[in-house]
Amino acid sequence: MDNIAGKRSGLSIATNLSVIALVLIWLIPTVGLLVSSFREREQISESGWWRAAFSVSQAYRVSPSAEGAVQEGDLWVLEGNLFGDKEGSGSVSGFGLTSRDPGAADPGQTYARYEVFIMEDGEQDDTNLEIAYPADGEPEFPETDEDGNEILSDPAPVFDRSLMVQENGDFRYVDVDEIDRAPSVYITAPQPPEFTLDNYEQILTSDNMDQAFINTLTVAIPATIIPIVVAAFAAYALAWMDFAARGFMIAMVVGLLVVPLQIALVPLLTLHNAVGIGQSFLGVWLAHTAFGMPLAIYLLRNYMIGLPRDIIECAKVDGATDFQIFTKIVLPLSFPALASFAIFQFLWTWNDLLVAKVFLPSQSDYWVMTVKIADDLLGSRGGDWGILAAAAFVSIAVPLAVFFAMQKYLVRGLLAGSVK
Amino acid sequence: MPPLFQGLITIVIAVAGCAGYFYASNWVLDRLVFPPRTDDQGRNISRATMVRPWLFIFPAAFFLSLYLIYPVVGSFWRSLFNRSGEQFVGLGNYAQMFAEEGFRVAFFNNILWVIFVPAAATFMGLLVAQLTDRLKWGNIAKSLIFMPMAISFVGASLIWKFVYANDPDIGIINAVRDFFGMQPIDVLQIAFWNNFFIMFIMVWMQTGFAMVILSAALRGIPEETIEAAIIDGANPFQIFFKIKVPQITPTILVVWTTITILVLKVFDIVYAMTGGNFDTEILPSYMMDYMFRDDGRATAVAFVIMVIVTPVMVWNIVQARREMR
Repeated sequence: MDNIAGKRSGLSIATNLSVIALVLIWLIPTVGLLVSSFREREQISESGWWRAAFSVSQAYRVSPSAEGAVQEGDLWVLEGNLFGDKEGSGSVSGFGLTSRDPGAADPGQTYARYEVFIMEDGEQDDTNLEIAYPADGEPEFPETDEDGNEILSDPAPVFDRSLMVQENGDFRYVDVDEIDRAPSVYITAPQPPEFTLDNYEQILTSDNMDQAFINTLTVAIPATIIPIVVAAFAAYALAWMDFAARGFMIAMVVGLLVVPLQIALVPLLTLHNAVGIGQSFLGVWLAHTAFGMPLAIYLLRNYMIGLPRDIIECAKVDGATDFQIFTKIVLPLSFPALASFAIFQFLWTWNDLLVAKVFLPSQSDYWVMTVKIADDLLGSRGGDWGILAAAAFVSIAVPLAVFFAMQKYLVRGLLAGSVK
Repeated sequence: MPPLFQGLITIVIAVAGCAGYFYASNWVLDRLVFPPRTDDQGRNISRATMVRPWLFIFPAAFFLSLYLIYPVVGSFWRSLFNRSGEQFVGLGNYAQMFAEEGFRVAFFNNILWVIFVPAAATFMGLLVAQLTDRLKWGNIAKSLIFMPMAISFVGASLIWKFVYANDPDIGIINAVRDFFGMQPIDVLQIAFWNNFFIMFIMVWMQTGFAMVILSAALRGIPEETIEAAIIDGANPFQIFFKIKVPQITPTILVVWTTITILVLKVFDIVYAMTGGNFDTEILPSYMMDYMFRDDGRATAVAFVIMVIVTPVMVWNIVQARREMR
């Protein structure tokens, strides 16, 4: 009904564009992490995931054999190919003499180190200066070094060593001293984009994420099924049975919907310890069952009360007991509500960190995936984004699959579950 | 026995146990306690009808009272004792806590969260719901914006830690800064504003929830009111703000309060993003700092959260009762 004549097209384009922008903002972070989880770890630190499809410039240290060095006048010269015999196995995009700046010079240039004399705090001192210049040219010394000290032209800079590398790896290394050991030179070469499953393999085999995955599953499945059974009976009683305290009980359930979990942690842990459950899977199942109960009862009751009264009354007239009505009529008809709650409870128990941290033992054999990521990987693997990303997607994959497969029920449950 | 297997057995035992309990208790009620065969048949049937609801409700009521009602009292009681739980200190834990800088920071930040997150998430949700309403690919867009709902708070934190990363070759925010020639910054360490970067994660996750509910509410608005507005010459913005929004105000309130409650419970995001450092602590994460170390203090924080939640709880109950009449 927004289509007022004349306004339609402009507004519609604006609407489309803003929705596209919003969807992108919402999607980009997840996509970024997903792409990164498939990248080589070196490549992740070299270039952003948004350039994952392009080649990455990577630095290498190369030590060509000193064999074949010859003396030319005062200088020693070593020539050859950095890639050995393998002609064209790589292409050099830059080279240098220090690991600090491995791609300082472009292929074809000469990169030389000089000892230069500088004025520092009024005193003459010397320092090393690396400089790149065209192969057929002469070095032009700057007026100051990188600390801002003046470079003197007298005494003149003294040549130390130089390197020239061609794109195909041919090099010429010149040194004032005799070249008796393999010199260290640095080159940068573009690496084609590479996607692997290595991160996933590592996280699942050597990082114990597989154990955490099983633990999460162990927590989530009973914690999803048990509350449904318990809540369904109570919901039926609150929907279709007449008794004095019904209104009070319903109000109570609505009130308990918002009780913060935090309040339950200490007393229940004390209780569990006192009765011998302690910190264990049984404790987590019980806790999740109870914490999911208000929503379960609320959702199921709201749904059950909407079932046609005729069916239930007919059954009663025909002599069916409440138990029979519940198991044979109400329960099968309530499948959509059961499914909605099951999805909620599954997502919540799968994604939970708080209950698992408090009610499970703190040893690593009992870590669920959220605890594993938050308490272990974020600390010990802090900067290792390939591993972190893979771990995140191992833990996200199942809920995402459930989400996209059962979205209909999830939406329905949300609509029924928000207190109106 | 591996725990997963143990879990499966527990499921079987629990489900069979529940079914068995209900079946057996009904049987006992009908056959043994109040059999409808004897002389006072009618009275026995009505008595059984009075007792039966309680049989159905008992297991759920047991869980609710032991795991949710008792702890409210239990936590308050525990908060009156010192760290070891042996010495009664009255309101000492509260007095000590309110005097502490760390608690005040957490409390202040929590106020920020309670104001900003529900407002932003509800606003974004309403915006998306309205924008996608008539769009051909609206359902796909909604589904994608709804998606973070399925992700754990820890997973979401990881996703955004990646966005906020300091290295311009990793974090997209610093990549953009780098592109414009600015120095990379660690957004999680900028005093005060770092809270908003963390809060945005929550907004990112909750917008989908707000959108789903509000989108259904928008669809429920009677067409006639909108048609009448169009005939009267209202422009699309007037229709939205003066016709649609007033009609869905109750739903907006529901969404708002639901997200508010959630904000008071979630410690995971702060815990995973900063661990409460750089003045980003909120009450739930502040409580976790004391959990296992000082139960007196931890329960005191929990009780403060409970007190903050209580008005919403009362409001919910009043609403529910009104609806039932």
